Amino acid sequence: MAAVSSGVERPVESEPEVLSAGHRIARHGKATPYLFLAPFLVLFAVFIVAPAVYGIWISLHDYDFLLPNKPWVGLANYQDLFSPGGRDAGDFWQAMKATGIFTVLSVPLLMVVPLAVALLLNRSFPGRTFFRAVFFTPYVLGVAVVGLLWRYLLDPNIGLVNSYLDQLGIHRNLPWTTDLPWAWVSLVGMTVWWTLGFNAIIYLAGLQDIPPDLYEAAEVDGAGRWQQFLHVTLPGLRPVLLFVLTVTILNSANMFGQSFLVTKGAPGNETRTAIMLIAETGMRSFRMGTAAAMSYVLAVVLLLVSLLNFRLFRIRGESS
Amino acid sequence: MRSRSSLLGRSGFWIAVALLTVVFVAPLLWMLSTSLKTNPDATRQPPSWIPDPFTTSGYQPLTNLTSQTPVVRWFLNSILAASGNAALIVVTAALAAYALARLDFPGKRFFFGLIVGTLFIPAFLFLVPNYLIIAKFGWLDSLWALILPSAGGAFGVFFLRQVFLSLPRELEEAALLDGANQFQIFTRVVVPLARPALATLIVLSFLTNWNDFLWPVYVLFSPSNFTLPAGLSILQGAYTTNYPVIMAGAVVASVPVIVLFIAAQRHVVESVARSGLKG
Repeated sequence: MAAVSSGVERPVESEPEVLSAGHRIARHGKATPYLFLAPFLVLFAVFIVAPAVYGIWISLHDYDFLLPNKPWVGLANYQDLFSPGGRDAGDFWQAMKATGIFTVLSVPLLMVVPLAVALLLNRSFPGRTFFRAVFFTPYVLGVAVVGLLWRYLLDPNIGLVNSYLDQLGIHRNLPWTTDLPWAWVSLVGMTVWWTLGFNAIIYLAGLQDIPPDLYEAAEVDGAGRWQQFLHVTLPGLRPVLLFVLTVTILNSANMFGQSFLVTKGAPGNETRTAIMLIAETGMRSFRMGTAAAMSYVLAVVLLLVSLLNFRLFRIRGESS
Repeated sequence: MRSRSSLLGRSGFWIAVALLTVVFVAPLLWMLSTSLKTNPDATRQPPSWIPDPFTTSGYQPLTNLTSQTPVVRWFLNSILAASGNAALIVVTAALAAYALARLDFPGKRFFFGLIVGTLFIPAFLFLVPNYLIIAKFGWLDSLWALILPSAGGAFGVFFLRQVFLSLPRELEEAALLDGANQFQIFTRVVVPLARPALATLIVLSFLTNWNDFLWPVYVLFSPSNFTLPAGLSILQGAYTTNYPVIMAGAVVASVPVIVLFIAAQRHVVESVARSGLKG
């Protein structure tokens, strides 16, 4: 900010328009707005608009970064993904399945558990701000730290988790990172721990926007706690629930670091997610055409899921 | 009904809060405690929470600049990348947001629509093309690859435009009558008024960039150019069974963001909450 506010001492003459009270007069030169926009627009054009278009172009070529020729192949990269014998079809749909499993397992938990936490924190009690910060803290740590930490905690031999399970007399040496279904339990569990605070904060803001007199009216009508929750809280949270659902699905579909660091895709490729495969195919094997096609297919699947969400919520909204 | 459930409810409530707090704090304390242990102590069964002996030797390999895991360098790289990125975002986004919030010009609606429209494009679509764009500029394996691409993102402009729209216009009018030009109004009136929002954007951008993992793992190649998150994965490889060193690396990567978060807690939490209500 200091960089912005310094160097302001320019002569006032640089503004050509004359002001006179009561008349609508141009407040700035024609070029001024574009000068304000220009620095951002350069970055926006180069790193957002250009790649969005360039990505489609790449996906229509046999684009091997390391080879001089990048021949046009039309939709062949896409056809390859959808034909059962295609070079990448097997890996791709296995990775899509892994992403799907992770999403289906984690999204319900990340909808319900943060809501419970938010309801808990919505009461007024001493230290509320402190606890809100405590539950949010893991979210400000990066996935690299979270992944390393949980890999250590879940280590079958010396990890804290198995160690305490052992002390409780439960079968020890559970293969948290190397076998199913444990690997999924680990990945989902650590993700809930990591991101719960984010959703809880959003719920909390939504809860505080529900007018208190609605609860009072419900109580006068003899509604118990549970009925108040069903008939006041949930309908009041509807837009927030839709937002949380959409964002959580998007984030789950973007899952990468947890699998990369903790399970390394194991066992086999069972926990290798779509993003992991796209990154490996594009930026390790340098087969960019295929990787770009994969990312557009994943994007279309996500778009369909989001549209479905909006539709479901609108129908429910109309019927209530 | 009420009084009976309230006593039960109150103790149940505090038990729930206490359990949650343990679940959230214990892993972080274990990370810190392990980083201050010797390796035999870190793998001892049953585990002990207090380092015995207490040692900072886990942190010592991190300061070795000539090793394959120069954590101090990674730390500096992370600081440079994250602050460079945050500074670039706040300056460019604030200028653009001011034009979109306060100035009139042909194409304003078009630009705003285009910028907001890109908010809904999933980030992974940019991975491969941006890798190639960065490669064409010759910025692979350099901090430019971390500072520039995410500065094109629409969030900052969108966020600051909302803030600028809510500022009172009277001061701007007064400055205009005093003969100030738009750039002076921006720097002397709008920027000081929007200081908390600008600080929030700086903190959010810094946190995001500091924690970014996938992108630096693939665009950086030389160990000396790594950021902390990218480096942590090779630290894990290099010290596979030396848990104090790995946890020391994790602590080093966590402390700056936790300190920043505590300092800016209210603003960060509020802007996260507000972003949800937009939906």
